[in-house]
Amino acid sequence: MRSFVVVLGLLALVSLVPAGARAADYTITIKDHRFTPAEIKVPANKRVVITVVNEDRTPEEFESHEMKVEKVIPGKSKGTVRIGPLKPGRYPFVGEFHEETAKGTVIAE
Amino acid sequence: MLGALIIVFREVLEAGLIVGIVLAATQGVAGRGRWIWIGIGAGVLGAAVVAAFAGVISEAFQGSGQELFNASVLGVAVVMLMWHNAWMARHGREIAAELRQVGADVSDGAKPLTALAVVIGLAVLREGSEVVLFLYGIMASGTSGMSLLSGGVLGIAAGAAFTGLTYFGLLAIPSRYIFAVTSWLIALLAAGMAAQSVQFLNNGGILVVLDRTVWDTSWLLSEGSLFGHLLHTLVGYTERPTQLQLVAYLGTLAAMYVLMRVARHQPRERLAV
Repeated sequence: MRSFVVVLGLLALVSLVPAGARAADYTITIKDHRFTPAEIKVPANKRVVITVVNEDRTPEEFESHEMKVEKVIPGKSKGTVRIGPLKPGRYPFVGEFHEETAKGTVIAE
Repeated sequence: MLGALIIVFREVLEAGLIVGIVLAATQGVAGRGRWIWIGIGAGVLGAAVVAAFAGVISEAFQGSGQELFNASVLGVAVVMLMWHNAWMARHGREIAAELRQVGADVSDGAKPLTALAVVIGLAVLREGSEVVLFLYGIMASGTSGMSLLSGGVLGIAAGAAFTGLTYFGLLAIPSRYIFAVTSWLIALLAAGMAAQSVQFLNNGGILVVLDRTVWDTSWLLSEGSLFGHLLHTLVGYTERPTQLQLVAYLGTLAAMYVLMRVARHQPRERLAV
């Protein structure tokens, strides 16, 4: 009985993991301190995984108060950004270290 | 240059506010200067190390290393702030009384100082590593680097000046009330950190529960504005909190309150803090 409860507990824990372990749904690339694509459409009310690839030599911080993320992406590397569930709407994001050029929008619909 | 100044200032501001409050909260505790400098020094050193290994941290734990790291740093800071407030609930009155007698020395002071040195160290480490990465990026890109760099240095100076302002502002409060005020500030600071911490866990895909946004006050006060940012650091203002963030915020405040009540009423021998 006891081990059954333990197994159930472990299963419950594991069920939390897939959201993190799932493959990336979207990819955004940083080059010359700009995002490509600068606009992506994602489904509303779902968790979404974005892979941010930084092709510049300098680090960048992917940041959005609207989507509640801030993540440093070192130069010549990539990072995983998890967002959502988002209500339908437009959600701007920036590269904090180069805010004049590094701008983009996530559209949830 | 102005852009660099603002970015760096914003990061230093966060750490600076925390250092300023901690300085005021330890007013009159013997030997605090040493611990605070140890905290700042360790934080700066740590920031450089974290920045140097940003890539490794980022890739650890299937790409969730950075989130896990930030969440842990904030989590440890919350625990340390709780410890400090519990200790202050116990000893604050004596210290306030002795503050009013010139030259009085407060004994038994070293204990919460280690906790606060850790808090300062972690605050400097977290914000500082971003400053280091940003400045590194400037230097790596070469052109126009000098003017940006001086902007960054000015940003650090402005942030440090703000720390001083926070500290002396708080010192203007009569010593009878100062510990009540700083205890409240630290409680709110900790609650805000806890809310930030669980959001990092959410972003890392580690704790994916209660993730609906409860409300949106971005129309009223944007977190991106200077005032919004200030409130974000001070009391944990979040323009779109999730359910889990609210639970963490209120839970931390409640835990802090209970802990302080218990600490105040326990006989001294039994409380080993």
